[in-house]
Amino acid sequence: MKVRAQIAMVLNLDKCIGCHTCSITCKNVWTSREGVEYAWFNNVETKPGIGYPKEWENQDKWNGGWVRTRAGKLVPRAGGRWRLLSKIFANPDLPQIDDYYEPFDFDYGHLHTAPDVAHQPTARPRSLVSGERMQKIEWGPNWEEILGTEFAKRSVDRNFDAIQKEIYGAFEKTFMMYLPRLCEHCLNPACVSACPSGAIYKREEDGIVLIDQDKCRGWRMCVSACPYKKIYYNWKSGKSEKCIFCYPRIEMGEPTVCSETCVGRIRYLGVMLYDADRIEAAASVPAEKDLYEAHLDLFLDPFDPQVIEAARKEGIPDSWLEAAKASPVYKLAIDWRLALPLHPEYRTLPMVWYVPPLSPIQSAAERGRVGMNGELPDVASLRIPVRYLANMLTAGDEAPVVRALERMMAMRAWRRARNVDGIEDHAVLQQAGLTVAQAEDMYRYLAIANYEDRFVIPSGHREYANDAYGERGGCGFTFGNGCSGDSPADLFTTRRTTGYVVPR
Amino acid sequence: MSYLHQFAFQIYPYIALAVFFIGSWARFDYAMYSWRTGSSQLLSGRGMRLGSNLFHIGILAILGGHLVGLLTPHSVYSALITAPQKQLLAMWLGGLAGAMCFVGIVILLARRMFDPRVRASGSVGDLLVLLLLFAQLVLGMVSIPVSATHLDGGVMILLSEWAQHIATFRAGAADFMVSVHWVYKAHVLLGMTLFLIAPFTRLVHVWSIPLSYLWRPYQVVRKRPATLDYGRRSRA
Repeated sequence: MKVRAQIAMVLNLDKCIGCHTCSITCKNVWTSREGVEYAWFNNVETKPGIGYPKEWENQDKWNGGWVRTRAGKLVPRAGGRWRLLSKIFANPDLPQIDDYYEPFDFDYGHLHTAPDVAHQPTARPRSLVSGERMQKIEWGPNWEEILGTEFAKRSVDRNFDAIQKEIYGAFEKTFMMYLPRLCEHCLNPACVSACPSGAIYKREEDGIVLIDQDKCRGWRMCVSACPYKKIYYNWKSGKSEKCIFCYPRIEMGEPTVCSETCVGRIRYLGVMLYDADRIEAAASVPAEKDLYEAHLDLFLDPFDPQVIEAARKEGIPDSWLEAAKASPVYKLAIDWRLALPLHPEYRTLPMVWYVPPLSPIQSAAERGRVGMNGELPDVASLRIPVRYLANMLTAGDEAPVVRALERMMAMRAWRRARNVDGIEDHAVLQQAGLTVAQAEDMYRYLAIANYEDRFVIPSGHREYANDAYGERGGCGFTFGNGCSGDSPADLFTTRRTTGYVVPR
Repeated sequence: MSYLHQFAFQIYPYIALAVFFIGSWARFDYAMYSWRTGSSQLLSGRGMRLGSNLFHIGILAILGGHLVGLLTPHSVYSALITAPQKQLLAMWLGGLAGAMCFVGIVILLARRMFDPRVRASGSVGDLLVLLLLFAQLVLGMVSIPVSATHLDGGVMILLSEWAQHIATFRAGAADFMVSVHWVYKAHVLLGMTLFLIAPFTRLVHVWSIPLSYLWRPYQVVRKRPATLDYGRRSRA
């Protein structure tokens, strides 16, 4: 057992109102620069829809993620090492800028400088790449917002697999949900495996996946290898960039910008302990539907004394072990089984999980009564098809989605019975497999969602990385020219900042 | 023999190579962030699969051929192959690789000059490098029919003697270049110039051919670095 810790995230889709505050604050902080105008480290999609970039979930098209060979070996879907290098001169799986959208701005200056003319002057769009006038905007970062564009186009969405999707084009049957997306900071990241330079790495301390901007050579294999399409090629700097999980904030014990600014309080951040020795085995279980359980199985119980002892041996600080016990992510994913991974079938073992959304009960309007399953309304009568959610969150296995939805409905029914009717309806909790204590906690975390409950982030411990002995004889602040006597010299006596690569 | 000739074929190669090696080293140390391939495939993939693949495979073959062909001493291969045979081999293989590279570079050049996105996002250096490589390729291809007029391998020996004298820091290298056709002289000069400008352009990415990818483990995990590297030193 090799214990490692990661700050993981859960998003409660049941409460997402699709306001894009997360996307906007993220963009303002990290990607309001030339070369990454088109890049959204965080974006919110309206589902069903093909998403951003177009059809990102269609791995037949983009060749992202991993596949398990017949021999049981895990290989990147784009091919092994030789095959990947053979594509280095021109990556056949690379999305084009038009698959995202051509970034543009408007000629606002024209509104000020236009001469006196018969018609009111307008601010027309101009491409930020070529600088040329754009006659018509064909696509944008959120073109399908709230069911924009016709159903025929949106229904190319891969989550409709094995669903008779035609009926959902009808106005009475239509449904939608929001899906905020960011880098999944996977346990088995496909981008890392595809980087010819070895510039992408996972941090041992907190699991954040980063691109070493110095070492990145712009071979652009990571862009296509990431099945979530969350690596963006900066066309100006020639380097790839991705969500950095706001690591400067995380290190200080603060939530990411997207989490901090979420008005719906849908995001949770907490420590998860996992067994790094079993990652490969978990990612290569034969059946795709077993990947969710295999992933759950990697997580370690922070209350188990053996786990605590092993974690201490790995040098995980006590403050992190305490935070792991209070982790909201652990409660949502393990204790209550509400949170589910996004597309586990990509075999990347993602670490940003989602609580599936409840939706209006459809048959109530149609038949004047609600289909009941014992104490609870039948989840089949929810407007969003369970199968659609299962295709998105559990590789098509409906049982975990049904369990999560029933538990959320049960918690609501129990609270409603207590507050409206003044009775304790324990039967409804029992049917969903919840204890009263669990339901109380669920209510606290899901409905109240206090800041301190949502974000349990221990600060980083620089003192563990930096033994102060090495600082002796140093001169304090430097511009990296190593005025300290102990600086290892290179051609210009500047210091290297690349880290220590943890051996396997 | 004029001073200009001495400068061009005895001194200039050392200036060019020194700038190439020290310049690359300095850029790697001082400005690694700028060290990249400069791919524009994201902005326009049209013609990339054919153009970029042909260009890169062709030019790598040519580069390898020049290194092996020019720097291998005649005594090493004379048991296997005669000089006229080697010249013929170089003309055929070089011609084939050159033709591949030519088709590729024409596609890439057209793309860089006429695709609005690629032209707007690229730098002057990107275009200059491509134009110089194109000119160099044309000179190299033109030298093939010139070579065909003297198939005895003599000129080839002269050129490789020049290269080997330069590579082994011997005087008198320029003497070998006196009698050769102007096409070879121009080709050598432009080749040296390409070495000279390489550290200041995207050409540095030839240093970064990622062969280590073939044996590195798929997953990379890093620890935060210690501020100073005294640990490694104390172990030594």
